[in-house]
This record gives sequence, structure tokens and C-alpha cells, in this order.
Amino acid sequence: MSRPGPERTATGLAGLDCDPGETLLSVRDLRTYYESGDLIGGQPVKAVDGVSFDVKKGETLGIVGESGCGKTTLGRTLVRLEAATGGEVRVGDDDVTQLSGEDLQAWRRNAQVVFQDPESSLNDRMTVGEIVREPLDVHDWGTPAERRARVRSLLEKVGLQEEHYYRYPHQFSGGQRQRVGIARALALEPEFVVLDEPVSALDVSVQAQILNLLMDLQEELGLTYLFIAHDLSVVEHICDRVAVMYLGNVMELGPTEELFEDPANPYTRALLSAVPEPDPTAEIDRMTLRGTPPSPRDPPQGCPFSTRCPVKIRPEGFEDVDDETWEAIEVFRETLRARSRAERSLSEQAREFLGFETRFATVDEVVEELFADRELPGSIREPVDRATDLARDGDEAPALDHLREELGSVCDHEPPAAHGVDATARESRCHRHDDEYEEPAAVGPSVGDAE
Amino acid sequence: MVADSSRSDAGTAAEPADDRLLEVENLQTVFHTERETIRAVDGISFGIAEGETLGLVGESGSGKSVTARSIMGLVDSPGELLPDSSIRFDGRELTGLSETQYESVRGGGVAMVFQDPLSTLNPVYTVGNQIEEALSLHRGLSGLEATEKAIELLEDVGIPDAARRVSEYPHEFSGGMRQRAVIAMALACDPDLLICDEPTTALDVTIQAQILELLADLQEEHGLSILFITHDMGVIAEVCDRVAVMYAGEVVEQAPVVELFENPRHPYTRGLLRSIPSTQRGADRLETIEGEVPTPNAPATDCRFAPRCPEAFDACREVHPEPVPVATETADADADHTAACLLYPEDETREQAVDRHAIEDAPPGAGAVDSGGESR
Ligand code: SF4
Ligand code: SF4
Repeated sequence: MSRPGPERTATGLAGLDCDPGETLLSVRDLRTYYESGDLIGGQPVKAVDGVSFDVKKGETLGIVGESGCGKTTLGRTLVRLEAATGGEVRVGDDDVTQLSGEDLQAWRRNAQVVFQDPESSLNDRMTVGEIVREPLDVHDWGTPAERRARVRSLLEKVGLQEEHYYRYPHQFSGGQRQRVGIARALALEPEFVVLDEPVSALDVSVQAQILNLLMDLQEELGLTYLFIAHDLSVVEHICDRVAVMYLGNVMELGPTEELFEDPANPYTRALLSAVPEPDPTAEIDRMTLRGTPPSPRDPPQGCPFSTRCPVKIRPEGFEDVDDETWEAIEVFRETLRARSRAERSLSEQAREFLGFETRFATVDEVVEELFADRELPGSIREPVDRATDLARDGDEAPALDHLREELGSVCDHEPPAAHGVDATARESRCHRHDDEYEEPAAVGPSVGDAE
Repeated sequence: MVADSSRSDAGTAAEPADDRLLEVENLQTVFHTERETIRAVDGISFGIAEGETLGLVGESGSGKSVTARSIMGLVDSPGELLPDSSIRFDGRELTGLSETQYESVRGGGVAMVFQDPLSTLNPVYTVGNQIEEALSLHRGLSGLEATEKAIELLEDVGIPDAARRVSEYPHEFSGGMRQRAVIAMALACDPDLLICDEPTTALDVTIQAQILELLADLQEEHGLSILFITHDMGVIAEVCDRVAVMYAGEVVEQAPVVELFENPRHPYTRGLLRSIPSTQRGADRLETIEGEVPTPNAPATDCRFAPRCPEAFDACREVHPEPVPVATETADADADHTAACLLYPEDETREQAVDRHAIEDAPPGAGAVDSGGESR
């Protein structure tokens, strides 16, 4: 068998040689869970919790979401830096999550990563030339002379000079280091590159240079990108399609333009409306979200966004309760959730055990503060009182269960399925796309470039 | 517009200095290293009126954070403020104060919120303890009274279940909650001026939105003046009344926020605004500013932006531009808009303009030393 060299054309993995526009990767119900190091509890962290999407050859698919949404783990799982715990990643007839031996080698050659932080991802004791050459050495690519020539041409491709070959990363600026990272990722002529926040550590003016470079390289080399970022304006600029992640799930997926113009999912809408526009005359009509995302160790049972969703569906019979009262109930539930997550120190457990007052014994104060001035109908008063009783003993879980049973809606009980939301194969996971409910756009403020 | 008398006021004379809560003049903060002296902040002037938010925007290395630390009296050796620098807060000169005197400034009038809340919070004390300490130091509260006030402050900054959380440790707080706690600590000393150094940069965008909303509410409630430092033009557009753009230790442009975005005059500001993807919807390629920000390690004898400036001409490498008013037809108050660029004032010929910069830049009494520079 001849080793890969300059004349190599085939990738070594049949599915990778498909034509532009065809499906390169087919991700189905992918899960990546981490075992938690905890002795108590021991729930796994569900970093990626069942996502499905295709990546087409030659496109840039954006993965956006806030920290902890699982976007980085997803990227790392696709390139086999993390092991999937479920689902599959199809490339032709192969499942990337199951590859081994030579096939895995072929996948590793063809699936590369550019990391966010060029500072820590480059070995400071190697010269730039060595850093870019390393993957060629590891995969025994070509002859030594061919490798050196390849490195030189790579440096030139990413806008560095010949004389940079013998310099060290710390002699470079952030933008230049990121160019080195890109050259290294491209050394083995990959088909698929995961760009994990490649410009978020860079200044705006340098960021624009790197984005242009990435687009040029894609065009020249026919690369397929998975572009992971939290900066929505960057994603809007560079991606063909976008997947919006929240708590390990893809909430919305579709062509960039449509998604930004008229976001369908309540989470996408909240996210877009939170971005400050570089226009001081823009009117701010924002859906400010309450609280922080729940722990991926203990995601909500129904919709992942249900603990913060500003347009969450009310359960039947409660549609007429005034907004503030209903908000108070959601805050009550959020407070109990936060308490159930809080660690109790040993001394606190001891105090509780001995019957001393602890900081956890104030659930009545919380209820007092939230509901004292409100007229509560019996259908709300009763479950709140019962939950208060349950929580008073310091165990919030049964209280939360009770509230969910009595005051929860479809959003609390069932994970929403993906609905097609327009003609462009866009899908969004939200119960509001069911015919019996009003669409998210009809109940929240207007969001998107469209208006 | 006010008179043209004094050299340092030539560009910035928008208001009589005493009217403003904070007045920074010719601030120069340098850091001495073995090899060189870095002029991190190199002769900048600006002021902040009561209740006003001034944005300080720039890329890394522009000197915006050092400016904040200089005002807070947090520049330690090997850094120092050069003798001509002046920082007046509420009429009082802050440069040259002893550490103890500065303590009272930090505790009384000026408070700061940093990018990383963990740099302010001590991990071994509860959040409540730390706010209570600030309260005892600055307001003389103690015991139950202090605890109650701490809870109240945490509620003010939107921390739910504050009565419980007051006894938690910083690590039990999420990033956004920590930043709220730091803001609560800042409020504990009842400041008039809040310096926010990239307070939302490390936060997710939905959390950033919460914090910006909180700051706006607090500003209104307490009549705070805010110096808001960020690299994010979107945040600038949202929170600021006026903006100063920094580049390599200098303020290169200063204007009311709408004027700055609609009518940027300095080539750097223009480039900066154009390299933001969301200002270029639909464009295939982003406009860029080629090259990188230089490290200012010598007194400027040229325009520091010249190597990257698409409009640079010969004199740009010989004459150091000073802030000058940049007249525009649309702006009602042209005195409020200054740019440090040899292209201005626009109504003068190129030579006149260059001469004016050369004279203003020359040390007092030295005459127009450099006036030959532009004729080459
Ligand atoms: S399913 Fe319910 S909670 Fe989830 S996004 Fe839709 S409306 Fe909101
Ligand atoms: S002074 Fe010259 S180099 Fe500097 S910004 Fe103006 S035109 Fe450009």
C-alpha cells in the first residue's frame, strides 16, 4: 500500500469522496454524556443530548449557542476527540463513532479542528514550521523534502511568510497564531474542518482578516466547515446554514438568511433579540430571559427551554391568570430548582439534622414574598401550599414534582418534536408549532432582520 | 465653541472643565520594562458629566483598561503616571494622592466593575461577608443591619432568593450572578462614578442583556455616571451617550454616540465600524484593517495609525496629529466631535491642517519646530 503523498486524491473513506452539495455527514440522535466525578448524585452530564442534522459537502454549517449548550462537545465528538455515548455519525456507509484501525486513521486525517485559543493550542517549544509539519510526520505523509515544501506552501496559503518557518508562536500576534493553527489543520488536506470559535479571541479588525481567509480557503480547497461560535453576527456572515443549540439539543436548524430574518423558535428569538446592534438609533425591544440555563446534569423533563421560555404555553384552565402571578409561579419553581442544586455543607447538614435553623429553612419567606400581595385562585393556592409544605423539610424534589404535575403544561411534560416551519427545510423544536397553539412570533415581541 | 487659548484644550474644549464630574487631562501612564518604556496611555483627555455614560472603545493594547486603572489609582510599579497627567474627580485632583487617600476615593466616589468578577470576589468568604465588609468600611454598618443591607443590595441587582444566597460562596454563583454580586459590592460604597471594564465580555449574550439592563436601571435610580470600557461596538451603541475611540494609547476620535456611528471621521473608527460583520450584511468579504495594533514604546512623532491607514499621506509619518474639531453639516454641536487626524479640519487646505497639528503638538515655547515636516 502506498502511503499518502502529494499525488493522493482519494480520501481513504468512500463516503468522503461525495460531490459538492451531497450529504457528507449524517448525524443521528447523537449523544455525548460525561460521567460526573461526583460521589453523591452521580448523574451524567448530558452535554449533547440527542441531536440530528446533515452536513453537506462544501457548506459551512454554523453551531451557535451559549456556554454549556454542548456545541464544543458536539464538534469534538464529530472528530472523535470525544467518544459518543449514543447515536451515529454516518459518512457514506461508515459510522464515525464506530471506526477503528485504518478507517479511523483516514477519518482523523480528514476531520481537523481549529481551536479558539491560538495561545494555548500551539506548542510554544516548537517552531511554526515544526507545528505545521507535525501532522504530516505523524501520518507519515510523503518524503521529508515533500513535507518541507508542503509546509512552505501552507504558510503562504494562510498569509504568512517563508521566514516565519523558524519563529516561535510567542513571537506572533493572536491573528498570526490563528493563521498557524489553520495551516496546521489543513496540512493533511482534510475534507471537514471543525472551527471551534476560531475568531472569538481576536480583535474585530483582525477577526475580519481571519474570516476572509477561511472563506477563501474554503472556496479554493472545497472544504466543509462546522463553524462553532457564540457570536451571532459572525455566524450570520459566514454560514450557509445554522443550528441553534440549547442544553444539548438543537432547537432550530435552517438556512442562515431565513433563520436570522424570521427566527421561529422561542430560544432563537430570545438569543437574537439579546444581541446589541451596532446602531445607536436601533430600538431595543428585547425578550430578556430570566435566570440561567439549567444544569445539563439535570435537564427539564419537557422542553429544554421550558424553565426560561418567555412564551411558554400555559396549562389548560390557567390561560386567564394574570401575567405577574404566573411569572411568580415560574420564579417559585426556579427558586426551588436553584435550591435543590445548591450544595449543603457538612456543617449545614449537621445543623439541619440537629434541628437548628439553617439558611434553607426560609421557603416560607420566599412564598411570602412572591405571593403575599396576590389573590390566588384555589387551583393555584393549593399546589403552592402543598409544595411549600414539601419543601419545608429541605427536600425540593417532591415539591417541584408536585408543581409540575399540577401547574405544568405540555412544555413541562413532553419534549417538543421538530416541526418544519417554512419551505426551506427549516425545522424548530417547539410545541407552539402545533396547530392548537399560537406561533411563538404571535405571542412575543418581533425579532429578526425582517422588520 | 469655547476659546482656542490653551494648547491642551484645543480639541476637547466642549464644556468648562469644572462642570463635569470626572475630568481627565493629558493622562500619560507608562510601564517601564528592561528594554523599553511602554506608553500604554499617551496623553489622553476626556470628561464625564453627571449621569452621563462615556464609552471607551478600542482593541486590545489600545490602553483602555490602563486608563480605568489609572483613574482608580491601581497603577503600580513598574507603571507610573507621568507628571503632567491630571485626573480630577468632583473637583479634587487624584494624581499624587497617597494610597490611604485613594482608599477613600475608591470607597466613596468611584467604584469599578471588572471583566472577571472572580478577581474582585474572595473565594474563601461568602458573598454576604464581602458586601458587609464594604458596608462597614464605607457606611459604618455592622451586624444585622449590614446583613439586611447586603440582602437588599443583592435584591437590587436582581439576585433571586437573596436571603439565602447572601450566605453562599462565589463559586456557588453562576457567571452572571457573580457579576451582579460585584455590582452590588460596588453599590455598597454608594458611588457617583462607576467604571465598568468589559463587564459583560465574559458573559453569554442573554446574560449580557440582563446585566446591561441592570446597569441602565441602576444608573437611572442612583444618577450614576458611567465610564464603560468595551471592544464591542454593539454594546457601545446601546449604553453610551458619548464615545471615545482609543488606538495605541491615544484617543483618536470623540463624539456623541449617534454622531460617531453615523458620521465617523477618523479612518481608524471607520475601519473599525466596517470590520464588524453585522454592519456589512450581504457583503461577501469583510472589509479589514490590514496589519496589527502597534505597541507604543516611544513618544509619538507621527500618526500611530499610519502603517495601517488607507488614507495615509507623507506628512502622517512626520507629524503627530492632535484632536481637532471636525465640522459636519448634520451635527449641531461640532465642538463635541473631535478627531486626531491630519485630514482635519476639512475646511483648511491640507498644508494648513498639517501645520496646525504640527504647531499644537510642539512643546510650549518651542515654536513650530516640526513645521517643515509636511512639506516633503
Ligand atoms: S416548547 Fe414550550 S417552553 Fe419550549 S420553546 Fe416552545 S413554547 Fe417555549
Ligand atoms: S493622520 Fe494620516 S495616517 Fe493618521 S489617520 Fe489621518 S490620514 Fe490616516
